[in-house]
Amino acid sequence: MIEGAPWRRWVFFYVPVTGFVVALLFPFYWMIITTVRPDKELYRPWNAPNYAPFWTTHPTLEHITDLLTTTLFSTWMLNTMIISLAATAISLFCGLLAGYALSRLKFPFAGAIGTGIFITYLVPQTLLFIPLSDIIRNFKLGDSPWALILTYPTFLIPFCTWLLMGYFKSIPKELEECARIDGAPRWKAMLYIIFPVAIPGILSAGIFAFTLSWNEFIYALVFLSSPEQKTVPVGVTSELVRGDVFFWGELMAGALLGSIPVAFVYSFFVEYYVSGITGSVKG
Amino acid sequence: MATIEAVAPRQYVRGPRRGPITRLLEDERRLAFCLMLPTLVLLGLFIAYPFVKGIELSVTDTTVGVPGKFVGLDNFAKIWSDDIFHVAVWNTCLYTLVTTIVKLVLGLWLALLLNRNFRGKAFMRAFILLPFIIPTVLSTFAWKWMFDPTFSVLNYVLFHLGIIHGRINWLGEPVLAMTSVIIVNVWRGVPFYAISLLAGLQTISPELHEAAAIDGARAWARFRHVTWPLLLPVTLVIVLFSVIQTFADFQLVYVLTGGGPANATQLFATYAYQLGIGTGLLSQGAAISLAIFPILLLVVIVQLVYIRRAETL
Repeated sequence: MIEGAPWRRWVFFYVPVTGFVVALLFPFYWMIITTVRPDKELYRPWNAPNYAPFWTTHPTLEHITDLLTTTLFSTWMLNTMIISLAATAISLFCGLLAGYALSRLKFPFAGAIGTGIFITYLVPQTLLFIPLSDIIRNFKLGDSPWALILTYPTFLIPFCTWLLMGYFKSIPKELEECARIDGAPRWKAMLYIIFPVAIPGILSAGIFAFTLSWNEFIYALVFLSSPEQKTVPVGVTSELVRGDVFFWGELMAGALLGSIPVAFVYSFFVEYYVSGITGSVKG
Repeated sequence: MATIEAVAPRQYVRGPRRGPITRLLEDERRLAFCLMLPTLVLLGLFIAYPFVKGIELSVTDTTVGVPGKFVGLDNFAKIWSDDIFHVAVWNTCLYTLVTTIVKLVLGLWLALLLNRNFRGKAFMRAFILLPFIIPTVLSTFAWKWMFDPTFSVLNYVLFHLGIIHGRINWLGEPVLAMTSVIIVNVWRGVPFYAISLLAGLQTISPELHEAAAIDGARAWARFRHVTWPLLLPVTLVIVLFSVIQTFADFQLVYVLTGGGPANATQLFATYAYQLGIGTGLLSQGAAISLAIFPILLLVVIVQLVYIRRAETL
């Protein structure tokens, strides 16, 4: 703790921490309060005398029911869920195998391939979305979930591989050698000895990959066109804004509900998530 | 109990019966090849191929549905003399520079605050990461609503604190729009910096601090001469990651301002989208996207040099 007088503790600790927490969490509070606020209160200018922004006396679920009954929101949720889970599964599978090979096996060009994967890890989606949209069209994948299920792994695999390589390197070689001496073939030693030990790493990578896919925007925006194929971020952006008219109540309800799956997964696995973040920047 | 029981060594005459595939996979190279195959196919098909395709597009005059012909470096010449592109380059650099500095300062501050023992620390850490994990587009909509000129809660708060006297049109004026975009980016990025730096801070042994304190170093001197040098490697990696992400940012600006007003917040990615997808000028869009590449290359080289150095140490 801060040494010295109590006022120092206030000035150097409590006040800044409170400031950070309020600033970081206020938009979420605002999302929730807007969702449950009735329209006639919502569209009251901020300088009107009866503008009471921080609470509402007539909470309503009207925006949520509207969102679920009159829009395709539940379809988007389902799409996003399927795409995120499938992309995560593919990425984990590839990342596990590649991570094991790169950290445990000796083969030609291993170093070059490792560097190559590291570089793709740094490639932002915005660099390639235009040629990729052309390729997706040529492969006849446009406007289908497969366009995303197959392209999301391009930014997830490098991440998973990188994270899992770190895990595999920390597992002592002897463990595997024991199994090999007892007569287990290589792939069995990998599957039954190394992978189970790396489960915390697999969980971290999986959770991270899932939230990244749920978050992805530009590929989904460019590759999908029909409303019933869209993911939550794209659906909310394009279908809940008609022309210049923003349906703020429904928008905030969509933002809130669309965040719940990620927040839910996150709340259960905070520690794994944090170790995923720190693992991802540990060069 | 001095006798050692002689255990008959297990007989390894021949391993268990193995199928032909297992025998093939005993070879290290062959196994490695099989394990790398799915990754290489996917990355080759959707990273390497689009990259080549992007270069190919950028030297033709392709538009959507119309295969183009070779035009050399015309597209690059065109964007080179394009005023909006100049604005986008300037905006992107400014945006990256300002947000990176602010995120680093605030993130470090928050990390130092969280690197103490206090009640509810784990809880607080979990909540602080929310801006980073919630889908950016969705949280940006919350900000857009907070910035709304007529209904802005920010104006209400600032007005009642006596800081402003009229309304602020957050997203409607060039400088303010850029400021708003920067605020939202910082808001989203600070938790990432804070948590990563916190992890770095926790690897620093408290004994070093104690030793420095015994030698009479005050808090600032301890930070300057003990914490900061030890934290520098982690900081560098975090900053490089963040610079790439920020430089190539798209969703935040797309939702908040769409690049406006009058291109005041236009970035590389939003402009590439506007030309390539919006107007269908695939080649020009691809050329603009590729302009991100030199920056990316620079960062990658720094990373690789840095990592190589770290490994040889």
